[in-house]
Amino acid sequence: MTERIDTMSIAITINDVVEAHDVEPRLLLVHFIRESAGLTGTHVGCDTSQCGACTVLLDGLAVKSCTVLAAQADGAEIVTIEGLAKNGALHPIQQGFREKHGLQCGFCTPGMIMAACQLLQRHPKPTRAQIRDQLDGNVCRCTGYLQIIDAIEWAADALAKR
Amino acid sequence: MYPAAFRYHAPATLEAALALLAELGDRARPLAGGHSLIPMMKLRLAQPEHVIDLRKIAGLAFIRETDRGLAIGAATTHWQVESSPLVTARLKLLAEVAAGIADPQVRNRGTIGGSLAHADPAADYPASLLALEVELVCASAKGRRVIKADAWFQGLMATALASDELLVEIHVTLPPPGTGAAYIKLPHPATRFAIVGVAALVTQDGSGRCTRARLGITGVGPAATRLAGVEAALAGAALDRATIEVAATQAAEGLDLQDDRHATAAEKAALAGVFARRALEAAVARCGG
Repeated sequence: MTERIDTMSIAITINDVVEAHDVEPRLLLVHFIRESAGLTGTHVGCDTSQCGACTVLLDGLAVKSCTVLAAQADGAEIVTIEGLAKNGALHPIQQGFREKHGLQCGFCTPGMIMAACQLLQRHPKPTRAQIRDQLDGNVCRCTGYLQIIDAIEWAADALAKR
Repeated sequence: MYPAAFRYHAPATLEAALALLAELGDRARPLAGGHSLIPMMKLRLAQPEHVIDLRKIAGLAFIRETDRGLAIGAATTHWQVESSPLVTARLKLLAEVAAGIADPQVRNRGTIGGSLAHADPAADYPASLLALEVELVCASAKGRRVIKADAWFQGLMATALASDELLVEIHVTLPPPGTGAAYIKLPHPATRFAIVGVAALVTQDGSGRCTRARLGITGVGPAATRLAGVEAALAGAALDRATIEVAATQAAEGLDLQDDRHATAAEKAALAGVFARRALEAAVARCGG
């Protein structure tokens, strides 16, 4: 049985670069990012909107890109983990994860860091309880989370001193 | 690719979306935030031939005051409800419910109208919307009709919404002065869906008697429902600890409880009573203001 495949042209700006591709409507945003745009820092973990490894910023809001159609992001601006470092310098949140050992295997880290971007926008001086609460959508199986909370506190301090 | 192939439509106006729905009926599924529909499509539990994305339609996401309370656009996200100063000032319960749904990323996408139209048996909003007085405004190419929340939930993921209709607005009547409101749930540890969730609104007169009690429960049955037995046991009673405890024992009365992977029917009956009591205690503690 052959299935007629319709495609559509979409353009999504990822880390300030316009990515225009013909895609099937059923293509998920995470696969557009990884496969059409070739940016593999955004990970697919659980694939059921729970683990948060696929978190990116979509028009400034943290979303799970495994649960968004690429078509829904047509015309939108995306920031992925690859878009954070500027001129070779790590973003303060990335630096915080490095300083405070906020990762072990690193698989969850891109999603954790993108979720932390939104967290620190909404709560520039978060309490540890707020950090825990706002990371509810991200799962880490290595660290036990404590160093991740330390890393985000470090980043909040670093951003405040800027 | 996980979802089955479909035709994608992104109409620019509500009229165009309603015309598509009139033509395609149940061969099409409207898509708002997509946080119920897309997971189901990825598992191929839903395989619509057509998806009608509502994202280009202006005016479906808003929160505004009305004579009786609040009007909320169906495409308003959980984050917009959670962070709305207007909702927090007028009806804190609703902001609290929104803030407890899933996680921040999901709340950025998921919408109140999408949740109500999908009618997941463990969704959070339904318990509170049944406890409040709520009207749901549905639009089709033929016009608009208003459905009361009590008539909305009709069974497992089944609502009063017709296949050519879109839910467009939710109208909430503010409860009378002297009302305390609370929603307490036992969240699933991974999804934060309610294994059981009870919303309670109780109104007290000057002497501490209950002049009005409305409760909604979600999570334990195929659809959210009112807790009529508890409401009846509270009518006109003094809202003391003993009365609440006895009233809460009526929670399982009339519920359609089945064993599932989270709990047995007997455990759900027990949980319904415990969470009805906790929601009532929290609501009564808030009656003062």
